[in-house]
Parts: sequence; C-alpha cells; structure tokens
Amino acid sequence: MHRDTDRHKLFSRRAAVLGGGKLLLMSALVGRMYYLQVVESERYKTLADDNRINYRLLAPPRGHIIDRFGRSMAINQKNHQVVLSFEGVKATDIRATLEALTAMIPLSDGATHRVLREMRRRRSFVPITLKENLNWEEVARIEVNAPDLPGVAIDVGQTRFYPHGPDVAHVLGYVAAVSGKEIDDDPLLELPGFRIGKSGIEKAHDLTLRGAGGASQVEVDAIGRVMRELERREGQAGAEISLTIDLELQKMVTRRLKNHSGAVVVMDAHNGDVLSMVSSPSFDPNAFNTGLSVQNWQELVSNPRAPLTNKAIAGQYPPGSTFKMVVALAALELGVVTTASQFFCSGSVKLGDAEFHCWKKHGHGTVDLSKGITQSCDVYFYEIARRLGIDQISAMARKLGFGQRLGLDLPGEQSGLMPTKSWKRKAVGSSWQQGETLIAGIGQGYVLATPLQLAVMTARLVNGGYAVVPHLIRSVTTLTETSTVIQEEISSIGIARRHLKAVSDAMANVVNGPTGTARKSRIQRSGFEMGGKTGTSQVRRISKAERDVGVRKNKELPWEQRDHSLFVGYAPLNAPRYVVAVVIEHGGDGSKTAAPMARDILYEAQVRNAARPGVAPKVSGFGDEPV
Amino acid sequence: MDGLNRPDLSLRQKLLEMNWIFVLLVCMTASVGFAMLYSAANGSVYPWVSRQMLRFGAGFLVMIVVALTDIRLWLRYAYVLFAAILLLLVIVEFKGEMGMGAQRWIPLGFIRLQPSEFMKIALVIALARYFHGCSIDDVGRIHYLIPPLLMVAVPSALVLRQPDLGTALMLVFASTIVFFLAGVRLWKFVVIFICGLASLPFGWIYYLRPYQKARVMTFLNPESDPLGRGWNIIQSKIALGSGGVFGKGFMNGSQAHLNFLPEKQTDFIFTMLAEEFGLVGGLALLTLYTILLGYGFVISYRSHSQFGRLMGMGVTVTFFLYVFINIAMVMGLIPVVGVPLPLISFGGSHMIALLWGFGLLLGVFVHRNILIGRRGAHEEH
Repeated sequence: MHRDTDRHKLFSRRAAVLGGGKLLLMSALVGRMYYLQVVESERYKTLADDNRINYRLLAPPRGHIIDRFGRSMAINQKNHQVVLSFEGVKATDIRATLEALTAMIPLSDGATHRVLREMRRRRSFVPITLKENLNWEEVARIEVNAPDLPGVAIDVGQTRFYPHGPDVAHVLGYVAAVSGKEIDDDPLLELPGFRIGKSGIEKAHDLTLRGAGGASQVEVDAIGRVMRELERREGQAGAEISLTIDLELQKMVTRRLKNHSGAVVVMDAHNGDVLSMVSSPSFDPNAFNTGLSVQNWQELVSNPRAPLTNKAIAGQYPPGSTFKMVVALAALELGVVTTASQFFCSGSVKLGDAEFHCWKKHGHGTVDLSKGITQSCDVYFYEIARRLGIDQISAMARKLGFGQRLGLDLPGEQSGLMPTKSWKRKAVGSSWQQGETLIAGIGQGYVLATPLQLAVMTARLVNGGYAVVPHLIRSVTTLTETSTVIQEEISSIGIARRHLKAVSDAMANVVNGPTGTARKSRIQRSGFEMGGKTGTSQVRRISKAERDVGVRKNKELPWEQRDHSLFVGYAPLNAPRYVVAVVIEHGGDGSKTAAPMARDILYEAQVRNAARPGVAPKVSGFGDEPV
Repeated sequence: MDGLNRPDLSLRQKLLEMNWIFVLLVCMTASVGFAMLYSAANGSVYPWVSRQMLRFGAGFLVMIVVALTDIRLWLRYAYVLFAAILLLLVIVEFKGEMGMGAQRWIPLGFIRLQPSEFMKIALVIALARYFHGCSIDDVGRIHYLIPPLLMVAVPSALVLRQPDLGTALMLVFASTIVFFLAGVRLWKFVVIFICGLASLPFGWIYYLRPYQKARVMTFLNPESDPLGRGWNIIQSKIALGSGGVFGKGFMNGSQAHLNFLPEKQTDFIFTMLAEEFGLVGGLALLTLYTILLGYGFVISYRSHSQFGRLMGMGVTVTFFLYVFINIAMVMGLIPVVGVPLPLISFGGSHMIALLWGFGLLLGVFVHRNILIGRRGAHEEH
C-alpha cells in the first residue's frame, strides 16, 4: 500500500513540474503576442493597409484642340462599350447570353470563343470588353433587352476623335497606345487603354494635352475586388490648345490639293500665324486610335506618295525658280547689280566646256532684274549667281529662312539644304565647282527647301524684311487660365526696303504683268490681286542628246520623273498680309499646276479674312516705316 | 469487483457535487467562439454559428451525462472503448470520405465524425487504466511499458498515415505526459528522445509527405514563398500585429473580412479575435483558457484514485496542447499543423470529443473521493 503512496507522491511532484511547464509555455504565447501586437504593431498596421488599400489612377480627359476661331479639331468622344462580367454567372448562361447578344449587335465570329477562353483566365470580377464604339441604336437595343442579358453592361469610356479626319491630320497628328519604350515616370502611361500623342501637335504638346492623373483610393479584398472607395483625388484635365489654323481655309486647301501629292503652307506674313498647312495625300487619324490593322499600316507606309509624312515641313525639294528672289536680293544688297543692270540672254551661256540653258530655248534678249524675275530668265540668274559666288547666295538664303529648322511646334521638321563651299568639302569631299553655283542660282542642284521655308521666305520678302518665324499655337487654356503664346520680338533681317520692293514688284509683275509667267493665274478682283513666283524644278538630268531632239514634255514622262511644280505668292499687292507656298510633287510646270492653286487659296484667305483677329507683331531693329 | 457498478452517490448528490463554475467557464469560452464565428460570417449566424451551437448543445449534453457517470465504468470499459475507436480509425483509413486532402471523416448526419479526435480522449482513458493497474515497481520494468507504447504507436501511426501530423503529435505528446505522470523513469524519456531525434532524418525522407515538409520549410522561412505556402502565416501575423493593443473592433478586422486571412472560421480564428479585439482580447481568452486549465489541474491533482488523476491530467494536457499548438501556430512560433482552437474553431468532432473529455474531468471531480483499488475495487482499501 505504501508503494501506492509513493506512486501518488511521484505523481504530485511530476504534476507540479508539468503545471509549471504549461505556465511557462503560456507565458511564451503572451510574450509572442506582446511582440506582435505591441512591439511590431506599427509595421504590421502598415502591411495590413498595404493589403487593403489599392490606388487606382484616374485618367484625365485629354485637352481639346481648336482652330483660331474656336472650332473643334480634336475632341474626346464618349465611347460606349458593351462589357460582360460573369461573376456568379454560369458558363452555360454566358453562352446563351452571347448568343442573344449576337442577335442584337454584330459580334465577330471568334467573340464567343474568346470570351469563354478569357473567362477561365481572368478573375471573375474583371469585365471583358465585347465591343467598343457602339452606336446609339446598338446601345438602346442592349439597354432595352438588359433583363435577358445577365452580366452584360454598357460602359462609357473616352476616345480621341478628329471630326475632320484627314483634313488636319498632319498638323494635329494622332494618338495611339503607349509603346514600351515611351513609358517614363508618369504612371498614367501604364494605364491600360491610355493613349499618347504619336505625331503632330498631339505629340509635340502631349504633356500639355495630357493633364495630370487623379487617384482613387479603394479598399480591396484578397482577390482584388473593390469593396468601396475611401478617397478620391481628381486629376487635372488636359489643357485646351488653340491653333493658328483656320479650319475652313484648311479644308478648302485640302480639297484643292486632292489627287495631288504635295504640300501647301498659308501664313500671316507679319506675325507668322500658320493659317493652313496641308500635306497630301493624307490619312485618317481616327484609324490609329482603335488600332490599325497590319495591312492598313503596310499600305500607309509603302505608299510612294508618303501619306504619313508632313511634306510641308519634312518634304525637301529643289526650290527651282522660286529661289530667284533670294539670288536677286543678294545681288542687289552686295551691289553686284542694280535694278537697271542688263544682260543678254541668248538661250544659254557657256562656262568652260559646259553649256547652261535657259528654259526659253531661243533666249529672252536683253534682261534686267524685273524682267529676269517676271519671265524667270535663267541666264540672267546664271550671270548674277556667277558674280556672287555660292557662299553669298547661301548667306542671303539663310537670312530668309532657308537651311535651318524654323522651330515650328511639330515633330519631324527638316532643315533643307543651303550649300556652301566648306559644306561641300565636308559632306561631299570635293571642292565646289563654279557650274554648281550657276545651277544653285536657279534653285537647282544641291539647294533644297521645305514648303514652310518657301512660305517664310515670301513672308520676309513682303513684310518689310522682318525675321518672322512660323508658329501654330495661339493659346493654351487650362481650367483656370488662358495663356496666349507670347511671341518673341521679331527683328529685321537688315535688307534695304527698296531692294525688297524691287523684288516684290517684280513678283507682282509675274502674275499681273503682260508677260508674266503666271499671268493666267492672276486674281481679277480689284484689291485682292496677288504677286508671286512660279517654280518648276527638275528631278532628272536632261542630256544633250535629248535637248537636240527636243526635251520631252512632262506628260510623256512617268509620274516620278516629272518636274515639281512650285509657286510662292502673297496678297494683297498693296499691303501684303497672306503668303502661300505651294509644292506639287511631279506636278509639271509651276505656272500650270501650282499657280492656279495658289491663286484660289490666296483669294479664299482674303475673302475669309482668315488672319483676323490679327495680332500685331512686336518689331525691333531698323525699318523704314510700318507696313 | 461487484462494487464497481454500485452507485455511491445519488444523482442529486452528484448534481450538487458538480463543479458548476467549470461548466460556466466552458460555456463562456464557447460563446466567445459563437461571437467570432458570427463576425467571420460578416454578421450572420449562417453558415457557422447556428451549426456550432447545435454541436455545442450536443457536446454539452455529452459532457453532463459523462460527468454523472461513475468513473469506474470508464475504468472498466477503457480498453473496449479504445478498441472501438481504433476500429473506427481503421475504417476511415480505408473507407473514409476524402476531405481536406486527408481521410478523416465518417459522415454521421449532422456531424462528420473524426475518430482521431475521439482517439485523443480514448487513448488517455486507456493509458490511465493501464497505469492505474501498475505499481510503481511495475512501471520501472521495461516489459511493462511495451503494451502502453503499442497503445500509443498504433493509433498515432494510423493518424499520421491519413495524414494528420497535428493530431499524431498531440497523441504522442499527451501520452508522453501520462507516462511521465505515471512515474516512468526520466532516463527512459531521454533514451526515447535521443532515439527519436536520431530517426528524424529517416522520418523526413520516408514518412513525411511533401506538403508536410513544405510546411516545415515554410515555418523556417515564411518569406521564401510569400504568395504560396508562406501566405497563411504571413497574413496571420499581419492581422495579429495590426490589431494592436485594443484591436480594430468587432467585425472590423480588415485582414479577416477582406479574406486576406485564410480559414478564419477554423484554424485561424484566434488571429481574427486578436485582430478585432487586440492584445486585450487575446489575453482575455488566454486567461479564460488558463483558468480552465487550472481547474483541470487542481481537479486531477486532488483525485483520490490514480486512474482519476491520470485521466484528468491526460484530458487537461490534451486541452492544453490544443490551445498551445493552435495559438503558437497562428503566431508563427511553430509550423502550421492544423490543430483547431478548442471550443472556438468551427468544427464538430473536436468540440464533442473535448466536451467528452471535460465530462470525464468533471466526473473525476464528482467522484474525487471514491477510492479505486489497483484491480478496480475500492473495497480493497
């Protein structure tokens, strides 16, 4: 029996040890709890909030783009989409729903298949977009039948829309989905469906138009479903940009350029407002928004007439005879000739072994500066170019805006080319030949200019010699303020008024004189007359053999070998306000294709009073009298 | 022997002798569970609270009936009971329903019976009976230890095969404590422990399932796989820690209610409680548990029979293991082994098994003054 007492004593001892052990372990739990809930509590609170709270970016509406009179050119359109969410909906029901939906709106054949596939892949609460850009009829049909379509809803997004399609495409550019390499610090760019400017104003002023993203703080559960919104910070809408473009003039020019490949720039000669800038053929910027098919893209890229290129700023052409004003001014300024100096044109001049031909086979006879420009006598300009030398011609050309980017608010502007002796040594590696000076004297050879540069040259000629620069932005309007673009002071280019007048008078004669090359294209309405200069620039070399049997007519040549047709003009004659540059690729004779176009455009611009309300430019430097 | 069935106390006496405070504490703890399950269901008695109440009701009846049953009856039928539940374990091993990746259940109408939960109690009774019959000299003889070791090894191996590491560990731990209290010499534990340690690599390679290995690895470094296996424990720690001292308030636990916390109605219910009621709530529950454990300890300690002492202590230890393993697990102190929080986690079998155990404990209390001879007859004394 006492053995049982021993057993009991042993039990009691060991039970005490056990009880102590349990208490110890319980204290360990308390200690751990204290560590987690007191010592580390702040850290875990942050982690719990990280779990619970998601930030969602809110895309701001993109700023509109309007013309100088406030007409919309780029807007945001409501994009009605039909979306399908299948939370708590059975797969068989989805199939039935899709069938019912297909009966109401046209869905692509693969849609059902695609939805069922995506359904398995996605989380159930993320809706699938079935079709975008629904029209009103389709929206109405779906809304009416909503009870029969479980899981189907209409969602409203925003899509960039260009109401005038191809008419302003090159100026405005277009938007498209962000590509990987464009992603920067702005988290907006990572939003699915976000669009970014890819060319034109849309690209050049993307940040202004984009605005700032807002953010919404939402509470989500473990699978990411939004439970409620905790806080919302609205973003800032993109600013509205008003362009200097006159939409109606732009459309008129577009119509006029139809079926041609080329470019037109219309500018206010005094303040540099670009009133119209058209490159033809064009493209539909709306197509990029929804995603262009590979085939359409290939067509655009491989088209020899380069519809995606803005030829007004990126097309570089030999200016041909439109360059003669530059040579004439250089000669006058440097005293190589006076307005009275005369030369004899026999149809060609010889320089060493080479012979340089005038466009008029049997010559112009005695030619002075006015007649040289009016009748576009090549021999006259060969002669003064020879006397000037290429570097002097180039220096004058630069004053008038050639050979440099003019800093327009568009991506892709080219600088053209004004050759000099040192340039040739560097770029070509051989020394300058005098014959090349003669060729440059009539705007051929190495000389290249963009249509924009031609317009700027004309403006500087007729505005009294001020270095006007072209621009497209008129004002930028945010929610709170409108800021008008402040133009830099325009300084004089330092050319004597009388020389400018001699040249512009000659240009007036080109159109209105009895022997002018563009006489057929004169504006007959009094007070609206224009002055200008034709240009026909060769894109092929005419061999001696061909010249002997007779130069082939443009009509006989394949399109890509025909001459470029050019015209630069201004109007009205007495107080020039509008300047125009027209370049028609392979359009043949300047007087036949480009000149009539310029006439219609300048007439329209004046009738429309397109430059109103005019902003007087700030001028500095010497100048005889205000224009 | 004939005295075994003769009631010494009338039903009225037994009811008067009953430790009603303990019963009250049990009900309080279960009520905490109801509240938490109500919160887990976002403020609804469905689907959990209603069923849990039903199960508690059934378990409560079992507890009272067991408490009033003469403990000599349990002594007498200890082996029969053990054999019967072992049989059930064998049945689930071969015919049981698949659930949670382990064969654990026998469908039985309103609850699915988990024999392994009942084995925890049955094994304690059987061991208590065995050691009750051993003198202190017998316990010292090695061949006397072979039958009880088999009694532990067979069900543990079956449970481990299911596979249910948590329950197997509990069976082994609780049995070890009964062996210890019965007076088995300490050096024997040391030998067994060293043998066990030596066989660990063997067990790791041949016995643990891949998921069990993964759990251990996850415990050692939860951040190694934060979205996979480490997810549960990381989220549980975040929930606990973010609860702070006073908690986020009833039904306001973001981790629990936004489903970051997994299995919040079962194994991780303590986490939800500590998230919503903070350190204060967690300590309150721990205090409640400690008081219950204290009662269990004192009741067992004061029993006048070795059977009552060992059985009471065995039940108390089993209860302690539930509490400690579950809470240590959700706080990241030990690997995730799938042990419910007693009286609170949603689940039927563990609730009824535990209340059966508490019934035995109460029975020990009610019959504390009954002396039982080593062969089962108190007249010997």
